[in-house]
Amino acid sequence: MNLKDITLGQFFPGNSFLHRLDPRMKLLGLICYLVALFLANWFVTYGVMLALLVLGCAVAHIRPKTLLGGLKPVIVLLVFTGVLNMFYTPGTPLVSFWIFTITYEGILHAFFMVVRIMMLICATFLLTYTTSPLALTDALESLLSPLNLIRVPVHELAMIMSIALRFIPTLIEETDKIMSAQRARGADFDSGGLIRKAKALLPLLVPLFISALRRAEELATAMECRCYCGGQGRTRLGELRLRPSDWVFLVCMVVLAVAMGLLGGRGL
Amino acid sequence: MTPIIETKQLTHIYSRGTPFEHTALKGIDLAVAPGEYLAIIGRTGSGKSTLIQHLNGLLRPTSGQVLFDGEDIWSSKERTRQVRFQVGLVFQYPEYQLFEETVYRDIAFGPTNMGLDQDEVDRRVRQAARFVGLPDHTLEKSPFDLSGGQKRRVAIAGVIAMEPKVLILDEPTAGLDPAGAAQILGNIRAYHRERHAAIILVSHSMNEVAREAQRLVVFREGTIPYSGTPQEVFSHGPELEQMGLGVPEMTRVFARLRAMGFDVPASVYTVEQARDAILLARKGGKG
Amino acid sequence: MADPILQAQDLTFRYTTAEGVAPTVLDQVNLDIETGSFVAILGHNGSGKSTFAKHLNAILLPSGGKVYVDGMDTADDNLLLDIRRRVGMVFQNPDNQIVASVVEEDVAFAPENLGVPSAEIRRRVDEALRAVGMTEYAHHAPHLLSGGQKQRVAIAGVLAMRPKCIVLDEPTAMLDPVGRREVLDTICTLNRELGMTVVLITHHMDEAARAQRLVVMDNGHVVMDGPPGQVFQHVVELRRLGLEVPDSVALLYELRRAGLDVPLDVLTPEDCARVVAQILPQ
Repeated sequence: MNLKDITLGQFFPGNSFLHRLDPRMKLLGLICYLVALFLANWFVTYGVMLALLVLGCAVAHIRPKTLLGGLKPVIVLLVFTGVLNMFYTPGTPLVSFWIFTITYEGILHAFFMVVRIMMLICATFLLTYTTSPLALTDALESLLSPLNLIRVPVHELAMIMSIALRFIPTLIEETDKIMSAQRARGADFDSGGLIRKAKALLPLLVPLFISALRRAEELATAMECRCYCGGQGRTRLGELRLRPSDWVFLVCMVVLAVAMGLLGGRGL
Repeated sequence: MTPIIETKQLTHIYSRGTPFEHTALKGIDLAVAPGEYLAIIGRTGSGKSTLIQHLNGLLRPTSGQVLFDGEDIWSSKERTRQVRFQVGLVFQYPEYQLFEETVYRDIAFGPTNMGLDQDEVDRRVRQAARFVGLPDHTLEKSPFDLSGGQKRRVAIAGVIAMEPKVLILDEPTAGLDPAGAAQILGNIRAYHRERHAAIILVSHSMNEVAREAQRLVVFREGTIPYSGTPQEVFSHGPELEQMGLGVPEMTRVFARLRAMGFDVPASVYTVEQARDAILLARKGGKG
Repeated sequence: MADPILQAQDLTFRYTTAEGVAPTVLDQVNLDIETGSFVAILGHNGSGKSTFAKHLNAILLPSGGKVYVDGMDTADDNLLLDIRRRVGMVFQNPDNQIVASVVEEDVAFAPENLGVPSAEIRRRVDEALRAVGMTEYAHHAPHLLSGGQKQRVAIAGVLAMRPKCIVLDEPTAMLDPVGRREVLDTICTLNRELGMTVVLITHHMDEAARAQRLVVMDNGHVVMDGPPGQVFQHVVELRRLGLEVPDSVALLYELRRAGLDVPLDVLTPEDCARVVAQILPQ
């Protein structure tokens, strides 16, 4: 596997409607969407949710294929969920063999469950693809700021998160490099049992850990040099400011969630 | 003579079928003779790093072949593994790959992976340490207590200890001061001379490759526009400058002199050659 | 003569470790750096040059002696931010000094810390990116840039503080020749056109040749100090210190050893060719 192919949490800069939305509203909007997704329970409502997702992709100029690519790491989970639901839902039997019975309801259930998880992940990716990690942490910092009152260090947590996000690609690249270097000395990361595999990781993990520490130290110095001294008195380049379109977006998303809730009762 | 290592129409495409698809190597034909000292120059992203990772089987060609001693390195799994030990690859900033508790154990990592017995591993570790000029008492130290230059030499020793027939080094002197750089280049020369190994040096320093290598290979966008002796390659001065590579300082001085109308040789690239050429020209003028 | 912006007076520094006092890294260094000048500090690894640089914006504090920035004592805790905003620092590894995932947000980091109003931050970010020629990359992700570009972003991040002086600790050590040239050209422009005081720590002689003044350090001492043309004449001494002169100087030195009367104060291949032209028969 090539580590560079993982697109988890990556941000694609752009200037679409979705890119420009206030990150707080996007975050709240996503929550509404996810709520709606769990309330949706019939082909028509699922179709609406899917249409919205596709619309989001189109608006953000992100190819659905890129979005689906992000599902790769969770394929196992998806298959597992599908199979489990297929066999363990009681109802009208369709096929049965040995001790297993596949029911009509089971197939439906499995289908909806898998689609639901896929859409959940895709919607979340749509958020991270169109929102810079820094904007996202800003949004979290802003939405969670009431917690400051009960002495939760919200700014520090947000800073830690944004730095972690910033260094993910750097560390992935570094892991790739160290792995190649140790392979060139005959290290074998792929074969052997679990214990051997774990042992084989040592030549990878030790240098990676040391390098991460070194980076952390250098970064801390560089931040100090640029006058960082915590969240007090800090201003922002882009102060978050809500525009009418942000409110319209949020209202739409809330209406969506409520509508799904109302429609839900009449479904399956 | 069979080349020790050879590529035939080697092509490599990264992230094929994704929006990030990128062709890093385009049909490279390159043959390295046993015992040859070769240098590869080219800008970052010109395909040098991709090429060297093919030479010891870390990357698999998208199409084309890599031959070691006349045989495809991918012919069997065992063959690929054996070739990794025969073609030693020292990455950029190799000191960041050190991981063992002692210098000795880190250098022994490669030979141990080869499945050699204890005595042989011991012999190789000590010999490799000697090649890079590490005194015996450092062998029991932690590699993390050494200076930057020493750490790098430990990492190089870790590859030399596998006694490869081809030693590839990706910018081994990057970030070192002149004294540290000179020492490492000296270590490489010693290994080349005493082991009759082929050396492939990837470098950004024109002065360095001009002094060290017998043959230069220039990379540009996954192809090899020029290769040959330093004289031949540096005769393409203006093209090299345009590629952002430049030429050795002495070549530039002599190009300037020729432009001024002096009859001096065009193929000068080291200080010693320049001195001799100037002294010769003065003698010729007087005589 | 302009006032010194940076002053080191009898600056001594030693690390204290658990086992006791470690060897002295800087030993009674006295150095004034004038406002608006371009000074290169040379030395082999471990000569104390990086430790010296870290004293210039109070990342390290002297064990003995004093360092003044614009007349302010770096040991005075109350002046810390005032000192750091006046002396920007750029380090060797561009990856480890970029904080944000978008170029312009990274450049904004320092003014944000200083509590500058949003509109003013915007102005500073645009101005800093223009000064390093990275305007068109404002919305890019830093990890996808080349080394030279990353380093220019790091310089812009420092410029956004509107410093009087910028200290660069081996900023080109990890770059290829193209990246090195980009960064060096940027530094020279800042010095020439914006009048920024520049302190460049390096062990590349050709980079040092572009400075107005060259300070050579060895073993925690300043051992040479003067214009590059003058310092380069001490070929033997420099080599003894583990440094190398540019090939052009080395050639003229060789010719001098062969008995020819040539000057050694050349900085570029062009200068060298002119000198050689005079001793060649027409």
